[in-house]
Amino acid sequence: MKIGVVTFPGSLDDDDAKRAVRLMGGEAVSLWHASDDLKGVDAVILPGGFSYGDYLRCGAIARFSPVMDEIVRQAHQGLPVLGICNGFQVLCEARLLPGALIRNEGRIFNALDQQLRVESNTTVWTSSFNTGEEITIAIKHGEGNYQADAETLKELEDTGRVVFRYLGNPNGSVHDIAGISNERGNVVGLMPHPEHNVDDQIANSLDGKKFFSSLAAFLGSKLPL
Amino acid sequence: MPVVVVNVMPKPEILDPQGKAVTGALTRMGHQGFSVRQGKRFEIEVEGDLTQARLEEVRQFAESLLANTVIENFEVIS
Repeated sequence: MKIGVVTFPGSLDDDDAKRAVRLMGGEAVSLWHASDDLKGVDAVILPGGFSYGDYLRCGAIARFSPVMDEIVRQAHQGLPVLGICNGFQVLCEARLLPGALIRNEGRIFNALDQQLRVESNTTVWTSSFNTGEEITIAIKHGEGNYQADAETLKELEDTGRVVFRYLGNPNGSVHDIAGISNERGNVVGLMPHPEHNVDDQIANSLDGKKFFSSLAAFLGSKLPL
Repeated sequence: MPVVVVNVMPKPEILDPQGKAVTGALTRMGHQGFSVRQGKRFEIEVEGDLTQARLEEVRQFAESLLANTVIENFEVIS
């Protein structure tokens, strides 16, 4: 299981994501924003941070990087892509996912263990969860307020593409949305950070592990869980 | 050199937390009855003549890069 993790200028959690991949028995492959070479990876993680300093809008400039051109192309062909926090913002800017993320209601930067409900286990990244399962994953963001127009929201809800919902909305997101997927279910974006919830030395909740076991199940590989 | 201005504003129905923060500060300063929404202004110098084609080019990248039309409106002023 080769998982590529993209580093943009300003990415912060790329090393954490790679560490999580290794802890979960995968091979972490470094991908660079300025290269369109995905090095034959089986899946890609767009990590958290502040790509290109969050200038213009979060994720707006990262979207036009060479690596994103190739990720968008392969995502349309089914490549599993997980966008975490800033990665979720990049996926929305790249139009791989609908909607946008704006500044938190109340202007508060949230950094806490957040309870979520899993709303869909039909995506590549969530098949190991039960629908309705309540999990805890770290959040840390100032611009995680998910917004979309009424038509888009209806489509997301009607087609089961709301993947995670906040229990206790921390940022004003419409419909308490914490994460969504594309139609095919290979692209998932969420504000919470599953890569921070895989190691019992640094986290109480290990609910992030199931993202990786879901991917492994999809790829048909065995994980030393 | 000719200058094209692109103004980008959050859509009316979208919450503008920055504008709200500025409004709150104005109120605390004693300025009552003002409501602020905050946007962005881009000044773009154009080399050579500002033709219709160049203006259309600006309009296209205003839509694809400068503004996110999911949450923002933009106007191009030349």
